Amino acid sequence: MEHLLTAAFLGSLLLGAVTAGVPLLLAGLGEQISEKAGVLNIGLEGMMLFGAYFGFAVAYQSGSFALGFLAGGAAGAVAALVMVLLCVRLGMNQIVVGIAITLAGEGLTALLHYFTFARSYPRLDKIGTLAVPGLSGLPVVGDALFNRSLLVYLAVLLPFALIWVFRRTQFGLNLQAAGDKPAALDAAGVSVMGTRAAAVLLTGFLGGLGGAYLSTVGGGLFLPFMTGGAGFISIVLAMLARGKPLWVLFGAFLFGASLSLTTAMQVAGIDVPTDVIQMLPFAMVILVLVVFGRHSYLPPALGLPYHRGER
Amino acid sequence: MGVERSPRGEPGNDVAVALSGVTKRFPGVVANDGISLTFRRGEVHALLGENGAGKSTLISILSGMQQPDEGEIRIAGRAVRIASPRAALKLGIGTVYQHVLLIPSLTVLENLMLGGPWWRPLDRAATLKRFEELSGLLSARLDPDAPVGRLSLGQQQQLEIMRALWHGELVLILDEPTSMLTPQGVRELGVVIRRLRDHGVAVVFITHKLGEAYELADRITVLRLGKVVGELAPGQLRELDERQVVDAVIGFMFGRREAGEALEETLTGEAEALPRHAVDRSGAPALALQGAATRGERGECPLQEAELEVWPGEILGIAGIDGNGQKHLAEALAGQRPLSAGRMVLNGRDVTGMEVVQRRSVGVRYITDERLGEGTAAAHSVATNLVLKQIGRPPFWAGGLTRWPAIHRHAREQIQVHDVRTPSEQTPIAKLSGGNIQKVLLARELDPEARLVIFNKPTYGLDLQNTKLARDRIRAGAGTRGAALVVISNELDELLETCDRIAVMDGGTIVGVVENAPGAEAAIGRLMIGADAA
Amino acid sequence: MAGLQEKGRGAEAAFTLLRVLLPVLLALVVGGLILVALGKDPLAYYRFVVERGLLSPIGLQASITRMAPLLLIAAGLIVAFRAGLWNLGVDGQFLLAAVFVAALAPSLVAGGLPHILVILVCFAVAAAIGAAWSVIPAYLKAEHGINEIISTLMMSFLGVSLANVLIKLPFNDPSTTVPQTATLAVEDRLARLGGTTIHWGVLLGLAAVIGVHYLMSRTSLGLKLQIVGSNPRTAIHAGIDVRRLTFLAFAISAAFAGLGGAVDVMGVQGTIRADWNPAYGILVIPLIFLARFNGWAVIGFVFFFAVLMIGGESAARRMGVPTFYVLVQVALLLVFFAVVEMLDHARQKRRGA
Repeated sequence: MEHLLTAAFLGSLLLGAVTAGVPLLLAGLGEQISEKAGVLNIGLEGMMLFGAYFGFAVAYQSGSFALGFLAGGAAGAVAALVMVLLCVRLGMNQIVVGIAITLAGEGLTALLHYFTFARSYPRLDKIGTLAVPGLSGLPVVGDALFNRSLLVYLAVLLPFALIWVFRRTQFGLNLQAAGDKPAALDAAGVSVMGTRAAAVLLTGFLGGLGGAYLSTVGGGLFLPFMTGGAGFISIVLAMLARGKPLWVLFGAFLFGASLSLTTAMQVAGIDVPTDVIQMLPFAMVILVLVVFGRHSYLPPALGLPYHRGER
Repeated sequence: MGVERSPRGEPGNDVAVALSGVTKRFPGVVANDGISLTFRRGEVHALLGENGAGKSTLISILSGMQQPDEGEIRIAGRAVRIASPRAALKLGIGTVYQHVLLIPSLTVLENLMLGGPWWRPLDRAATLKRFEELSGLLSARLDPDAPVGRLSLGQQQQLEIMRALWHGELVLILDEPTSMLTPQGVRELGVVIRRLRDHGVAVVFITHKLGEAYELADRITVLRLGKVVGELAPGQLRELDERQVVDAVIGFMFGRREAGEALEETLTGEAEALPRHAVDRSGAPALALQGAATRGERGECPLQEAELEVWPGEILGIAGIDGNGQKHLAEALAGQRPLSAGRMVLNGRDVTGMEVVQRRSVGVRYITDERLGEGTAAAHSVATNLVLKQIGRPPFWAGGLTRWPAIHRHAREQIQVHDVRTPSEQTPIAKLSGGNIQKVLLARELDPEARLVIFNKPTYGLDLQNTKLARDRIRAGAGTRGAALVVISNELDELLETCDRIAVMDGGTIVGVVENAPGAEAAIGRLMIGADAA
Repeated sequence: MAGLQEKGRGAEAAFTLLRVLLPVLLALVVGGLILVALGKDPLAYYRFVVERGLLSPIGLQASITRMAPLLLIAAGLIVAFRAGLWNLGVDGQFLLAAVFVAALAPSLVAGGLPHILVILVCFAVAAAIGAAWSVIPAYLKAEHGINEIISTLMMSFLGVSLANVLIKLPFNDPSTTVPQTATLAVEDRLARLGGTTIHWGVLLGLAAVIGVHYLMSRTSLGLKLQIVGSNPRTAIHAGIDVRRLTFLAFAISAAFAGLGGAVDVMGVQGTIRADWNPAYGILVIPLIFLARFNGWAVIGFVFFFAVLMIGGESAARRMGVPTFYVLVQVALLLVFFAVVEMLDHARQKRRGA
């Protein structure tokens, strides 16, 4: 057991937790915004894949990670626009449309990959990091936590920004109202559709951004179906976080750590089949649901389209 | 009704909003047909009419929820288009809807801040200032930081009035504002309405209770089939007494010839209490509920130590403010909700452990207040809904197989007997009107084998004709068959009209039972607000 | 009058047909545009798919054979969706059952069990494994009201990984280099029909869908499940045991998915390699909607879809359009189906006037 606690193991575990956790964090916070506003976004997995592909493609072509992130976010938002049109605007079944977006994300990005990168499998260089003065020199945690790219720091700050938005801005109140009692928001003179549309687009953007991080920073390359359920795990994170952004932050890195356990154990020289490790995060979700399930909270109007006059 | 008769001063002639020729068509229906009306500042203007008369559509148009197809709305002489709820609020037209439209998870102040430009951070100081101002005007005392979910219905209504007046105090529209209130709450609302009127607000007051309209309104307009069919101006109202006003309004509402005597009584809540058919309470009660308790979810009021006795042939009313355990009582009696303590005995038999299906087999019937949300499967046919509680049992099922021809035949009979207006027995029940859905429920639950029938708000949301019909069925149910009946309602008039005794619920328990005799109303009122320890 | 009514009914039938065909047509058109964008000739692609999936006898037989697992999965999904349960975990249920059967069947044969008993035992085990994999989501839904979409998806990912672990470790056939289960000899697989390559599992699939169709429309259990699906509160009001039926509907649905796995292994695959996951479930789900839960329509759509898959797999080899294209096609189909549904709803609303 003693070699489990070596600096190398812990360092690579932390590093892996950050790398695997950031996409979950971004997508989970995005989903939280949608859920707050009463839209269950099952298409998140697809949005992440769109972000992953286009984020990688643009970063590869332009050589700029920043452009890649932007493109990834935009691609996720475009996929979300479909959901806005079909679910928010036309009131279609959110689950059916969500499945369709996920299928389209899987199929289209795999198809595009096949025609663009499948022969050469190009890789990106490592993203530049920003060392936090003083902290980055700490043993074990320094390099893993305080010598990361700018997006990582921004992602970690995002929950705090969202807390401010949820509690202190008009938009935050509107989101809460759209999910809690849309008719009341409508009566207050705020467009329920507009609020929900904004929420879903934000979800798409953050999901796409998470996907882009996964492909450009996490792997340095795009692979078909590379999200491997990260979108769905993010949905669970949002569900269990009960509207609290800090819980998403906490959960994302916990899941990130379990996702990165394989690499970390290999570093430590322990050989465990990858499939066993791959089961870990999903088993953990199930366990968490069974243990804490009754505490998960979803807004009353979640999943229901809003039509004026039906209250 | 405990509202003081308002002194009718000279109302100001200051026109707040003038409608002319407002028409709104829906597929197959002209909801508003050339309506011309004027609402004046400093005047309480009551709008009366049956369901479908066009009141709701008119409010929707004024509050910006819907656009008229034709006609013009003028404010201060200028033609305006009320394109959205926000536009209405900005014009100073605020609406308080029948159902509470507040966000329970937000605080009082947060609810009031709702509706500002989305990018703006919340301005607590400014909101608090306006809140204090309106609190003064309404003489309301609310904690600005209390979550709205914790407020009483009366307090929530005060908050809604505040919000309606937030952007200006031109017009306040109140849609059936008394339907959820205690008698005390109704009195307080009356005071608030008069304060606002004297402050110069044009108060539009929608109601179906003529007594309320008479006591509160300076002007009464009656709508029927989308048209204005009559108006009583302040001058006329001053000269007429209540009886004459009621006669006039009923004349407008139904056309003079149709106004039957009985209907009029239902309308005014002045129907004679039913002739006492001398309930024999010497024997054992049909129903005995002893020390009953239930477990509730967050926001629900569970039963605690609830005790009830109902004798055969008796109608027991359950009065009380909404949310004091009535729903749990009904569900516990029906077997939908297990008792965590106590027991229930029906005709000498302990039925505590029985669930819905078994209770039904010993004669328990339950007519829920949520007709579409709980009582029926909305997308399923009238025929299916008529046998909803018999699924799997003969004669409509044999060996698990559905005998659709028999179910449809049964449905056609019931539709005829109970005069259900439906295109066919295979029509999805959600397409029927509330009154017809209630007829289906009554047909399903009131059969000769019924021994205990629970009615939860049996006339809620029904128009007057269907209200009368439902009340007649309740009375017939007890008198002729000797079943024990429990009627839960928050309309005291209804209970006084139909019941033999009336029990009052408060905090999940029965705080007292009153014989339905002269003076009962006052005794019940005292029990409801906890003034009497029974 | 009668003539007028006839005409009205004719128009209504035409609209019903349009409601089904229009989304298909739109999906093919937009899918074609995507092919054009990728530099492929859509007409040639579609012609190839139709030839290889429908017109050539071998292709047609392959398409019909492919229907077997799809139909069984569909039968289960009809029950679950009608009961208002979004069992999106069929892929895990399918694969786990398939892996168990793949390991069990050859060893039963080796143990000398008669053919018919091997089949019965394997089917029973497959159904049980599938059903077992639905217990946790059912429990979470029935007891805590937790959205089953999430829990079934998680169980599905978990099941797929577990299946791989099983193939690589306990069920691995040591005589092969690639991790895979022992192979079921061709003569021990499900019998073929006549002189075709189609095995009798297809008949089982057809029977399952038709059986489920009648279960839902003609029995008390079906009606109870439908009431639970349309409004659980109404079900409680009517004295229906919602908890029990939630477990039951999940179990039925997952058992059929498990049977689908058994039929695919015993009829076609014979063995399962590591990382094999056809993900039939997530593709069948949309078809159930397209068919509006109607068993007969499900059969039609499953056939259409099997042709697309078989033709698409040939096209992948011959024309360089990977099979991922089928995913895109299904997504488009779903979206356009929903759009047409909306338009039709609006039309009926107008007409109802």
